[in-house]
Amino acid sequence: MIEATGLTKHYGRTVAVDNLSFTVAEGRVTGFLGPNGAGKSTTMRMVLGLDRPTSGDVRIDGQHYHDLHQPLRTVGALLDAKWVHPNRSARDHLRWLAAASKIPRARVDEVLDLVGLTGVAGKRAGGFSLGMSQRLGIAAALLGDPRVLLFDEPVNGLDPEGILWIRKFMHRLADEGRTVFVSSHLLSEMALTAQDLVVIGRGKLIYQGTVEDFVEHATESTVLVRSPQLDRLRDLLRAEGSEITEITEDGDALRIGGVASAAIGELAAANNIVLHELNPQVGSLEQAFIQLTGDTVEYRTEEHRSEEHGAGEHRAGEPAGNGEVTSG
Amino acid sequence: MTTLLATERIKLFTTRSPWWSTLLALGMTIGFAALVALNHSGGPLTVRHSQFGAQFGLMIVTVMAALAITTEYRFATIRATFQAVPHRTAVLLAKTAVVAVLAAVIGEVAAFGSWITARVIDGGPEMNLVTGGDWRAVAGLGLVYAVGAVIAVAVGTLIRQSAGAISVLLIWPLLVENLVQLIPRVGEDIHNWMPFTAVSRFTDSTVPGPIGPWASLAYFAGVAAVLLVAALAVAEKRDA
Ligand SMILES: Nc1ncnc2c1ncn2[C@@H]1O[C@H](COP(=O)(O)OP(=O)(O)OP(=O)(O)O)[C@@H](O)[C@H]1O
Ligand SMILES: [Mg+2]
Repeated sequence: MIEATGLTKHYGRTVAVDNLSFTVAEGRVTGFLGPNGAGKSTTMRMVLGLDRPTSGDVRIDGQHYHDLHQPLRTVGALLDAKWVHPNRSARDHLRWLAAASKIPRARVDEVLDLVGLTGVAGKRAGGFSLGMSQRLGIAAALLGDPRVLLFDEPVNGLDPEGILWIRKFMHRLADEGRTVFVSSHLLSEMALTAQDLVVIGRGKLIYQGTVEDFVEHATESTVLVRSPQLDRLRDLLRAEGSEITEITEDGDALRIGGVASAAIGELAAANNIVLHELNPQVGSLEQAFIQLTGDTVEYRTEEHRSEEHGAGEHRAGEPAGNGEVTSG
Repeated sequence: MTTLLATERIKLFTTRSPWWSTLLALGMTIGFAALVALNHSGGPLTVRHSQFGAQFGLMIVTVMAALAITTEYRFATIRATFQAVPHRTAVLLAKTAVVAVLAAVIGEVAAFGSWITARVIDGGPEMNLVTGGDWRAVAGLGLVYAVGAVIAVAVGTLIRQSAGAISVLLIWPLLVENLVQLIPRVGEDIHNWMPFTAVSRFTDSTVPGPIGPWASLAYFAGVAAVLLVAALAVAEKRDA
């Protein structure tokens, strides 16, 4: 488990991380999401004791990184695949890391095998492709068989095959009961990789919770309705729905926000209205994410809070919606 | 600590620079000894003559020692290092020790290699190691190189940048220590207490100075210790 409390980091006048508190649970993949410059890498460096927090505190299983005995056996991290001496071979790179934590030599070949680098273990790391460097970084992170793992944008620049490989790898590590904390600036990627999310913008916490909840809150869901009796339907919806956030004309259709498609269908059936189309539409994840973390971070944070308060009532009203999704 | 020493030893010898630095330092010192012995005229060849290249060797060694730490910053392996061992002072002391030992070995091989080479080419009685001064000139070189390496690691840690650190380590002994003599009145005194000038009195008894040879070496070591303490304090405090 990773626990940050009031973590703050200033670089001169730049506030990179601002009073950030979050926890990362074990046995799950937790995504660390934020746009470029949000402070993800800075936070991870502070977790590893590389950068000193200006104030606040971060602990791993209750301990400061500095106090861990042979920390590579507790925490494995891949912050940047380029942190390797280019003239050192992959095996030599792992060999000195192993020596520093008294990890047996055999483990070096084991992790090389695990990431599929055995064939090029003797080659200089400077000549590696990005995918190979990334694998070497993962091998280094796994060297001490740690129960906490940190990855900073591990899929950056990888091809689809590499991305899939890393994603499966994360899941496997979490299934083994480890704490996996992985950063990204792509919500769509995190939606596939992570179960939990810590979202930051400009160094501040925007959201902490499950991916499902975040996606549900972040995306504006609307329902597109087509009917020969649109006018009647609109009047009925206006009369019925206190929850309706939006009704707009979309050509010869209506776009309705804040009500589940099921509720609209039931309303139409009860009033003998013919529907030609009833189409739930989910907004783009990335669009919503940019809105949440973009220029109006302060404002959006407030708005998000109030949405969270309302969430309970909302869900009571539409039980069929996401019961099966969130149970996972 | 033995774990850390072993780690730093692996790190040092799995890159190329210590190997070519060693070869270059030995080639320079022994090569100069051979050249001097071959071209010497006017009086007998002495032990001092055989150590003509010692200064060049020292420069190469300090560059090697500085690179041992600045390349870690350049390639950010210093972060991997501190990640593996968060006790920065211990890590940096281990690195300093390993580099200093290599420097000492280079110094001894260079000095004795030079001495033997010169002797083989033109060996008179003046080439025998008789006085304390003779012994210091040859066997003492390893000590000078080791302390010089400590200074270089400290400077490299403070500056973190290869070009900057190397510039300082070359310009300081070559230029700064000599140019201070130009300062009116106090210039000569300051010059005498410059670290590299001071330590030249250890290996070369013909250089006059305010303190004796061993005191000069101790002074040189004192300067190294002060720089190292400063470097460790800074490294502990700042972001890796
Ligand atoms: N060593 C440093 N010195 C000065 N400013 C820094 C330093 N490291 C980070 N910053 C600044 O702190 C802020 C956060 O940077 P950080 O690299 O942590 O963001 P990030 O979320 O990792 O971004 P990205 O997605 O681009 O990797 C940025 O404004 C950055 O310019
Ligand atoms: Mg980053």
